[in-house]
Amino acid sequence: MDLFSKKNKETFFTPLWVNNPVATQVLGICSALAVTSKLEPALVMGISVTIIVALANVVISLLRNTIPNRIRIIVQLVVVATLVTIVSQVLKAFAYDVSVQLSVYVGLIITNCILMGRLEAFAMQNKPWESFLDGVGSGLGYALILVIVGFFRELFGSGTLLNFRVIPECLYVKAGGFYMNNGLMVLPPMALIILACVIWFQRAKNPDLQEKNN
Amino acid sequence: MKALRNFLDKVKPSFEEGGKFHAFRSVFDGFETFLFVPNTTAKRGSHIHDCIDSKRAMSMVVIALIPALLFGMYNVGFQHYLVHGEEASFWAMFIFGFLAVLPKIVVSYVVGLGIEFVVAQWRGEEIQEGFLVSGMLIPLIVPVECPLWILAIATAFAVIFAKEVFGGTGYNIFNVALITRAFLFFAYPVKMSGDAVWVAKDALCGGIGSENALLDGVTGATPLGQVSTGAAEITNAIGSSMSPMDMIMGFYPGSIGETSVIAIGIGAIILLFTGIASWKTMLSVFAGGILTAMMFNSIGANEVMSLPWYEHILLGGFCFGAVFMATDPVTSPRTECGKYIYGFLIGFIAIVIRCLNPGYPEGMMLAILLMNLFAPLIDHCFVQANIKRRLKRANR
Repeated sequence: MDLFSKKNKETFFTPLWVNNPVATQVLGICSALAVTSKLEPALVMGISVTIIVALANVVISLLRNTIPNRIRIIVQLVVVATLVTIVSQVLKAFAYDVSVQLSVYVGLIITNCILMGRLEAFAMQNKPWESFLDGVGSGLGYALILVIVGFFRELFGSGTLLNFRVIPECLYVKAGGFYMNNGLMVLPPMALIILACVIWFQRAKNPDLQEKNN
Repeated sequence: MKALRNFLDKVKPSFEEGGKFHAFRSVFDGFETFLFVPNTTAKRGSHIHDCIDSKRAMSMVVIALIPALLFGMYNVGFQHYLVHGEEASFWAMFIFGFLAVLPKIVVSYVVGLGIEFVVAQWRGEEIQEGFLVSGMLIPLIVPVECPLWILAIATAFAVIFAKEVFGGTGYNIFNVALITRAFLFFAYPVKMSGDAVWVAKDALCGGIGSENALLDGVTGATPLGQVSTGAAEITNAIGSSMSPMDMIMGFYPGSIGETSVIAIGIGAIILLFTGIASWKTMLSVFAGGILTAMMFNSIGANEVMSLPWYEHILLGGFCFGAVFMATDPVTSPRTECGKYIYGFLIGFIAIVIRCLNPGYPEGMMLAILLMNLFAPLIDHCFVQANIKRRLKRANR
C-alpha cells in the first residue's frame, strides 16, 4: 500500500485551497467571524480544529463498520465531544489567556459543520489513513482562511501581529503622527468583507469554481 | 465650444483601436460624452424616458449641490473665526473655508474617479457617470476636521465594495456617498463624532486663518450632540443660544454641507424643477420625520424626545438627507407608491434612532442605508400587487 499515492495527496491538498471548507463549501463561517479579530486566537482555533477533525476522522473511520446506521450521528457526536473537551482542557491548562479569548468557541467546535461534514461524507466510507489525511487537510484549509482573515484584522485593527507591534508607535496620533487604527476591522462585518475578498481571489484563480450565468 | 469640439475630433483617432493612446480610450470617451451629448443611441431595448441622458442628469445634481457647498465653505470659515473671537470680512471667511474644503473635494474625486477609470479600462466598458455626484456628496457629509488619508480610504472602500462589485453605476444597492460616511463613522469614530471635529480650529498651512487663542467656553458640539447629552439649551460654537432663524440659516457646527436649510432648499428647488428628484420621496421623508417627532414630543421621556418637531427637521442632516440622499434614483424604489412608503419610513427611522439610541445623535445616515436595503422589496410588493390587480380585471 502506498501511503502517499496520487489519490492520497489529492485527498490532502484539495481541501487546502480548491475545495476549501470555508471559501468553497462555506462552512464554519460563524467561528471565522468570531475568533479572527486577533491573529493568535485565530491560529490556536485553526490548530485545535485541525487536531480534532483529524483524530475524529481516524476514530470514526476505525469504528465505521461497527456503528449501527441509525445512531451514527450520536456516536460521531460522542467522539467529537470527547476530543473537544480534551482540547479545551489542554488549552485551559497551557494557554489560559488564549482560551479566555476563545471563550465558548472552543466548546462550539462540536457544532462546527466542517467536523460533521467530514465525518459523514468521508470517514464513514474510507480507511483510517485516508481519513486522517482528509481531516488534516480540511482542518488546515480552515486554519488557512482564519489566519488570513486574522492577519488583516489584527494588522489594520490593532497595528500588531501576534501582539508584536508592526505599525510603529510614532506614527499614531497620540505620539504626534497621523495614523489611526481602523475600528471597523475589529467589528465582525469586516471579517465577512475580508472573507469575501479571499473568496473573490480564490474564484479568480480557479475559473472552474465560478458560477455560470444563466 | 466649437474649438473644443474641433480639438476633440482631432485627437479622437489616436484613442481608437490601433492609435497611440488606445489604453486611455475609456478616459477619453468619458470626457467626450461628459462635455458633449453623444450622437449614439441605445441599440437594444430602449429605456429612455426623457431627452436628457444620465450624464446631464448627474451634472444637474452637482449644480443643485453648489449652494450647499458654497454655504458650507463660508460656514467653515465663519466658525473658525467665531471660536477665535476674531472679526473677519466675508471674503476672509470664505477663502479660509474654500481652502479647507477644496482638498477634500479633490481627494474624493481623484480617488473615486481613479478607481472608476481603472475598472472601466480593465473591463473594457464605457466610463459611468455615477461618481460625479457621489464625489461631490462625500466632502459635504464629513466633518471639516476629517483627515484626508482617511477620506481617501473610505472613498476607495465605498467605490469598490458598494458599487464596482455590484456592477458599477446603476447597480449599487446602497448610496455610495453614505457608505463612505458609514465606513468613516464605524472605522474612525474619533474623527467622525464627538465635539472636537466639527469646527476647524487650527490655521491652515500657509498661515491663513486666525492667530488668536481659542475663546473660553468653546465647545464645537453639534446641536444634536448637545441635545443628546442633555444640554438644557442649544448653543452655537461659542456658547450663545440659537434662534430658529440661526438654524434655518445654518450658522452652527456640523458636517460641511448639511447645516443650511436655505442652501439645501435652493438645491431642492433645482432638483424638483428639473424633475430629477422625486417630490414624492422628498415630501414623505419630511412627513415621516415630522409625524414621528410629534409623536415623541407627546411622550417626552428624554431631552431628544422633547425637542420640538421643527428643530428636529432643521438641525443635523435631516434636510440634506431628504433632498440629496433619499431621492437617489438608483437606490430608491421605482414604483410611485413605493416612494411614499420608502420616504416615510426614512423619516420615521431617522427620528427613532435620534430619540431612542443615545449612542447616535444623528440617525439620517443609518435610516437611509437601512431603507436602501428594503427598496427592492418595496418595489417587488407593489409590482406583484399590480400584476394581481390587473389579472383580476383581465379574468373578469
